[in-house]
Amino acid sequence: MFHWLEKNPFFFAVGVFLVIAFAGLVTILPNFAESARPLKGLKPYTVLELAGKNVYMKDQCIACHSQLIRPFKAETDRYGQYSLSGEYAYDRPFLWGSKRTGPDLHRVGNYRTTDWHENHMWEPTSVVPGSIMPAYKHQFTNIADIATAYAEAVTVKNVFKTPYGNDIQPGVKAFEAYKPKVLAEAKKIAADMKNKDVKDAVAAGKIPEIVALIAYLNRLK
Amino acid sequence: MQSNAALEYDYTVAKLFTYTTIVFGLVGMLIGTLIAAQMAFPELNYLLGEYGTFSRLRPLHTNVVIYGFMLSGIWATGYYFMQRVLKVSMAESKLAMFLGKFHFVVYLVIATGMVVSLFMGITTTKEYAQMEWPLDILVVVVWVTWGLWMFTLIGIRREKALYISVWYYIATFLGVAMLYLFNNMEVPTYFASGGVGAITHSVSMYAGTNDAMVQWWWGHNAVAFVFTVPIVGMIYYFLPKESGQAVYSYKLSLLSFWGLMFVYLWAGGHHLLWSTVPDWVQTMASIFSVILILPSWGSAINMLLTMKGEWNQLTENPIIKFLILASTFYMLSTLEGPIQAVKSVNAIAHFTDWIPGHVHDGVLGWVAFMVFSGLYHMAPRIFKREIYSKSLIEAQFWIQTTAVVLYFTSMWIAGITQGMMWRAVDEYGNLMYSFIDTVTVLHPYYAIRALAGVLFMIGLVMFAYNMIMTMAASKKLTEEPQFRSPMA
Repeated sequence: MFHWLEKNPFFFAVGVFLVIAFAGLVTILPNFAESARPLKGLKPYTVLELAGKNVYMKDQCIACHSQLIRPFKAETDRYGQYSLSGEYAYDRPFLWGSKRTGPDLHRVGNYRTTDWHENHMWEPTSVVPGSIMPAYKHQFTNIADIATAYAEAVTVKNVFKTPYGNDIQPGVKAFEAYKPKVLAEAKKIAADMKNKDVKDAVAAGKIPEIVALIAYLNRLK
Repeated sequence: MQSNAALEYDYTVAKLFTYTTIVFGLVGMLIGTLIAAQMAFPELNYLLGEYGTFSRLRPLHTNVVIYGFMLSGIWATGYYFMQRVLKVSMAESKLAMFLGKFHFVVYLVIATGMVVSLFMGITTTKEYAQMEWPLDILVVVVWVTWGLWMFTLIGIRREKALYISVWYYIATFLGVAMLYLFNNMEVPTYFASGGVGAITHSVSMYAGTNDAMVQWWWGHNAVAFVFTVPIVGMIYYFLPKESGQAVYSYKLSLLSFWGLMFVYLWAGGHHLLWSTVPDWVQTMASIFSVILILPSWGSAINMLLTMKGEWNQLTENPIIKFLILASTFYMLSTLEGPIQAVKSVNAIAHFTDWIPGHVHDGVLGWVAFMVFSGLYHMAPRIFKREIYSKSLIEAQFWIQTTAVVLYFTSMWIAGITQGMMWRAVDEYGNLMYSFIDTVTVLHPYYAIRALAGVLFMIGLVMFAYNMIMTMAASKKLTEEPQFRSPMA
């Protein structure tokens, strides 16, 4: 049979495809619907938090930080309750990471504050002596992309039925109408911060990346 | 049937991909060396402002070495040996020629787009699938073009039976096509929201645990179908060709090929042990990872036995050195992987530096060494000149071997140290170390790893120099060497 296959490239290719496609079907499909279910009471990310998640992605925090607490005592002692599948139901993409050069962040909102994050992102060694994490000062001046975060909320609401309110609607006009709500949320974060440039920017209606990122990190609980 | 006159093969496209292999190799590994140094000396994070942090550069490193260096190497060698084992020249088919050149041009466009967008931080963050949707569409174009080229050539072949290397390249084409397509299913937010925000942004079709499952079904099998399958295909061609020895066992190659195809895809879940994916998936992944030793070692042993009775070549020919050490590192890496996939070992190893250590004994010791030996073997045949310097290859071999050994040994120690410290408890059951203790303790190992990076980089520059001098200034050959590559 193998000799025959080697002389018939088409059937050879079909054979290879069947053999490799098999495992994916068997392992991914059976639990797909179950794994997509949200935990009861889980709220979707706010637009500001989504913008923060996008900063988290843009600056690739995932390169060094995980968001997955494994069910070991050493991990639950250090980071809190182990992670549950339903907690991730609105995470597109999943941000579990694969390397812990720094600590896990899945419940960082439980034990770190806005103030701590502000100091840490400005100069990590000021709060964690010996840290090898770089400073992310540019997040204090770069303005977060709220429009894209809003577009993401609209997309997941309409395509994946993520439960957002009726004020999340397609179109630039709907976005303009929604913007003040995002700014109000940002102001609450900025009130706990001390960086003058950040405070000025928020007062002028702009949201620096650091504000969105902190909103997201505070949400991780 | 055909005349005995040797076919005049056309190496235009093979040459183009040879150039990009060298360029992307230099760029990708330079970034790799820099980020390795950043972990030991964090001040190095500030060389390029926002664009030079470890986190921004890490995906750039992985993407440039995988999709720049490795894929170029896989295609350079593919455009070379496919013609030869199918006994047909690209010059015989205008379509094949067009597809080959089109393939290269679109590939360059993607590679450029990839480098620029990752620098800017435009990314989906899914590992080894970071490119956003516009580039993903181009990837589909490139992949289909390559497949069409391959099947065009197969369609007009003179040698009816497909050689083993061709099996592996067909499998690469199919495997990556299937996995890439499913993992990159994403919805562009700009179009789904009535024109709000950035046009490049998208959201994944899958959420949370499902996204993780699909991602590591891809992520692990990118390893399978880019770092393993085509590279095994390469060694099945280049080792017999360079040594003049026939492949030891046809049956063993059959068993290894079909075994690898069936088993590899199950193993993806071992990246998600102790996570929220179903337990039975984790167990299956663990078991199949261990079974995977069989087909992997099957190929490697088949290659080693091919040298039976001819081991003296190992001392005489540095290309044989590279080929043999590559299959040895393949054995090491494919034993280490299954060990890490055992759940109790994984509990310590996961999230630590042992994982990049494992990756690099595979990609440096196995993949990069194979790419070097493939291109060295091709050089006298496509440029019709002898290799510029044998002693340079020898020196490169020893420097890079030292580099790989330093890399994985330091990362083994670093990973196990960190894994043990994370879980260490005192006599009252309290955690003994704060997280930062487990970071600062690794400094010496990070420094050793950075040194390993510098050494590997030096070897790579030697390779680039040797190749360029071969193309430009080496002695011309009047006829094609049969087996052992001529070198000065």
